[in-house]
Amino acid sequence: MKVGVCIKSTPDADTRLKVAAGATGIETAGIKWVISDYEKGALEVGVSLKEKLGGECVLYSVGSGDTEKNLRDGLALGGDRAVMVDDAATKGTDALGIAKALAAAIKLDGLDIVLCGRQATDDENSQVPAMVAELLGWPHISFVGAFAIDGTDFVASRNMGGATEKVRGALPVVVTTEDTIATPRYVKLPEIMKAKSKKLEKKNLAALGLSAEAIAPAATFSAYSPPPSRPAGRKLAGDAAAQAKELVRLLREEAKVI
Amino acid sequence: MSGILVLAEHEGGKFRKGAYELLGKAKELAATLGTSVSAVVLGDAPCTELGAFGAAKVYQVEADFSQYNTLQIVRALHAAVQAADPDVLLISGNYIGKDAAPRLVARLGTGQGSDCTELRVEGGAVVGRRPMYAGKLLADVKISKRPAVFTLRPNSFPQPTPAAGGAEVVKIALAADASDGRVTLVERITSQVKTANLTEAERIVAGGRALKSLEGFDTVIRPLAASIGAAAGATRAASDAGYTSHDEQIGQTGKIVNPQLYIAAGISGAIQHLAGMRTSKVIVAINKDPDAPIFEFATYGIVGDLFEVCPLLQKEFEALAKAG
Repeated sequence: MKVGVCIKSTPDADTRLKVAAGATGIETAGIKWVISDYEKGALEVGVSLKEKLGGECVLYSVGSGDTEKNLRDGLALGGDRAVMVDDAATKGTDALGIAKALAAAIKLDGLDIVLCGRQATDDENSQVPAMVAELLGWPHISFVGAFAIDGTDFVASRNMGGATEKVRGALPVVVTTEDTIATPRYVKLPEIMKAKSKKLEKKNLAALGLSAEAIAPAATFSAYSPPPSRPAGRKLAGDAAAQAKELVRLLREEAKVI
Repeated sequence: MSGILVLAEHEGGKFRKGAYELLGKAKELAATLGTSVSAVVLGDAPCTELGAFGAAKVYQVEADFSQYNTLQIVRALHAAVQAADPDVLLISGNYIGKDAAPRLVARLGTGQGSDCTELRVEGGAVVGRRPMYAGKLLADVKISKRPAVFTLRPNSFPQPTPAAGGAEVVKIALAADASDGRVTLVERITSQVKTANLTEAERIVAGGRALKSLEGFDTVIRPLAASIGAAAGATRAASDAGYTSHDEQIGQTGKIVNPQLYIAAGISGAIQHLAGMRTSKVIVAINKDPDAPIFEFATYGIVGDLFEVCPLLQKEFEALAKAG
């Protein structure tokens, strides 16, 4: 079984973000870059599948943040090797551009399964995995909370909001994972040492049969800003009963929401 | 052709709230742009009704959509886009918007702005504004190709009032395609959650780990929610502890909600939880700790024990309901 896991290097969730000059992105100085939360679950599923069924677990990422370090982190967590799309032209691209780069790299390796987090914790697009599937001509299953292999089939449970569906189909498939799908393992020191000597291959767009034009973005982002601050809230006074009464009055007369 | 095409989702022939919400917004944008609104409907639904909400044309894709099938939905939407040739396509940011929309966008070779909470017209084009980084930042998203696809966070826009008018229905026959069968349904488990769909709920009462137990949640949060017809929700900590199902978890890793009223009981206000509810119109915080971060976001705060405050509040709500 050849399993691919796509990971994205994103700012640690506790980072205090600052908007960069020009408001077209964030200030990257001093950020701690980590594997996007949802992909930690995807990685654990990928590594477990490979451990159970044999084969290989390959990590893919398009350079952003500190991709090389985060790919090494992923190798320490059980990935066998990594492919990094390393090309300055990927910087300003959009989700479809990233998907084209990933799909091209995946195609060269001939995989059975590609696992991705359901969204990255930075831009929260939830676009790249379905686009990779479309470009590969594979089906994709989104928001998967449980995944298993049954012979040459996969069986996945997808969370659809209000319902969970168990679906099956023949491999290959692209899957996006919920973070509840698996608990990431703890990385052990010897694994970190071992990860340093694992293969991390850098490929530019030309090596993938792509060009800067081929991944020119249709979607562009600008005018980054912190959300407007909410008007100062009010703490109510009095004992619990008085506060409950006052709250209901305010919700009715002032906020008019009940 | 041109204009704005809206996916009007329905369940068994009844249009979802989100369908009207998107049509209302599309009508407003189209008026500014001097263009028209059309809708795409998958399967059987009363299409002409959408005329009252501003759709001049409704593209009805005829096929059996009784089971959710990503590949079929993408084919259907692709056929509708081919027929309507719109400048802009709007899709609700629920499962279909997250699952099928990006695949459609790749097929069309265009771009998508995900989970927008605002749409406006600028320089003759629609621009989206959306939260990113767990709601810590907002950004504009512009799409330079046609159609520009935007998915919208549910409850971002008001429900429009219907006006007189019907719609022309254009039927699109969707040929069967064996490749749709590459993924088949084994089993569908409808959520145990009986309350309104969280992402579309107007009112939500949510509890955190301070509820201490499943019983605490069931005897404090659920009855309080029921007293104002609200959906119940929970923090990650509370759902991990088993007080609720994960279907009811609100936050970055759960549901993103956007109600008129959000009552947070025993919730401290971790960034991951805030990411899921910070766009709520009115936020009420009930917490023992006067320094809890949630108070910085709350419209109204009550410093107190939720086990004491919530039942009192429930009594007040019930009295109000009785008074009519």
